[in-house]
Amino acid sequence: MSALSANAPSSTTAKPVIGFDDVTLGYDRHPAVHHLNGGIAAGSLTAIVGPNGAGKSTLLKGIMGALRPLDGGIRLGCRRANIAYLPQAMDIDRSFPITVFDLVAMGLWRQAGLFGGIGRAQRRAIEEALAAVGLSGFERRTIGTLSGGQMQRALFARLLLQDAELILLDEPFTAIDAKTTLDLIDLVHRWHREKRTVVAVLHDLDLVRRAFPETLLLAREPVAWGATQDVLIADNLLRARRMIESHDPDAAYCERTAA
Amino acid sequence: MLYDLVLAPFVEFDFMRRALVGTLALALGAGPVGVFLMLRRMSLTGDAMAHAVLPGAAVGYLLYGLWLPAMTLGGLIVGFAVALLSGLVARVTALREDASLAGFYLISLALGVTLVSLRGSNVDLLHVLFGSVLALDDAALILIAGITTVTLVALALIYRPLVLECVDPTFLASVSRAGGPSHLIFLALVVLNLVGGFQALGTLLAVGLMMLPATSARLWTSEITGLIVLATLIGMLSGLVGIIISYHTSLPTGPCIILVAGGVHIASLVFGRAGGLIWRLIPQRHLTA
Repeated sequence: MSALSANAPSSTTAKPVIGFDDVTLGYDRHPAVHHLNGGIAAGSLTAIVGPNGAGKSTLLKGIMGALRPLDGGIRLGCRRANIAYLPQAMDIDRSFPITVFDLVAMGLWRQAGLFGGIGRAQRRAIEEALAAVGLSGFERRTIGTLSGGQMQRALFARLLLQDAELILLDEPFTAIDAKTTLDLIDLVHRWHREKRTVVAVLHDLDLVRRAFPETLLLAREPVAWGATQDVLIADNLLRARRMIESHDPDAAYCERTAA
Repeated sequence: MLYDLVLAPFVEFDFMRRALVGTLALALGAGPVGVFLMLRRMSLTGDAMAHAVLPGAAVGYLLYGLWLPAMTLGGLIVGFAVALLSGLVARVTALREDASLAGFYLISLALGVTLVSLRGSNVDLLHVLFGSVLALDDAALILIAGITTVTLVALALIYRPLVLECVDPTFLASVSRAGGPSHLIFLALVVLNLVGGFQALGTLLAVGLMMLPATSARLWTSEITGLIVLATLIGMLSGLVGIIISYHTSLPTGPCIILVAGGVHIASLVFGRAGGLIWRLIPQRHLTA
């Protein structure tokens, strides 16, 4: 079983903030992530890479609790309210008439909740978050007028305000230009220095090599997991490409049960 | 002259004053509800819901005759049932909300028509189902005012999750569980406003006071606060003008109100500053940045 050869990195001696207990995630009983074991250490900066259909986004949804595991379980070392999640860009209705300021202000949900007001201190925090992503002066613009890169900057400003322990990013730099990517990677590194845990689904392997110390290579089952330079080798990548089988509507029951 | 045209009918006749108060109150609640229906891409939901409410009212009529509380209650019960069922079905099964709503309202409509046909003459019933804004009694006015009050308070309470669920549902789900309940509360408000409107305008035309002001407002502004204020004002103005026109021309009042709103809608389509037709036809110089 290739899954058993790819366990959590041995360097992670710290307490895991996410623990995978032989977890299987999927849709309609077809697994998208198959028997994953291991953990993500608190304060680590991890990239999840793999071919399309490898279960990367599914794994993030599982961590968020948006998808119930088919088998096994996911243990969280922090409260769910302390997780910030940036979904893929297409989930947002860009035609909705809301201003950049209001969109970013949603990051304060944990403080303001359903009814709480936005006071002067929060207002300043929002201005600072916008400044940090280079969007000062965009407060009154509606989100429909932003370019793709500007929208992503606004969403990162919202993440800043969420002040979360664990930050999950689903393809945050897809269709984003190099300058914006560099600026946003700086923010990711700032979170890393602040001892927050960051997990990002990425496709740009060069970027992963440059900016992410740890990598999980996923192809429905974990292929390799550990220090990025050990994971992203040609042999592993080839194996990952071969492991994505086509969808089989008549797939048999899986005999490996969770312990 | 202007006095004769605009003020005299209301000074002279009590029923005209009631009609005006009822319509203004309706517009106040229906305006914001319509804006959210439009923003949530549920513009046709109001219409479907109105068809669902109609059989409930008919059943009330069958059981208790031409007695408004029974018909109101019937409409409310059936409307809530259809709204809740389709909302729940959309969240727990593979069907999307529009498909599931279509299923339930058609069942409700067919049931209603069957029930009504059991009783011979339906002239009175038709009269009531298509509204009589000039015959609003105290009870009807209190009901409309009550529904509007509940609507405005409830919308204020669920405003944040409602907006957030339109823009970024995944984000809302990641920070709060308020998305589902606020959506169901919103559907309940739609039903309430339709039932409130049905004595004045009839169930089907009541949708007009909800959607036409909202769609008109969208052509003048794309900012949400402006949308809500403008839609409410357009609704109220349509009510006032529609009642006056109907008084002077002896045309039926409910359709007059909605036709005025329709006129505003068409004018907005042509002249609206935020996406109207003529602004596309007239070549405009581009700006520097």
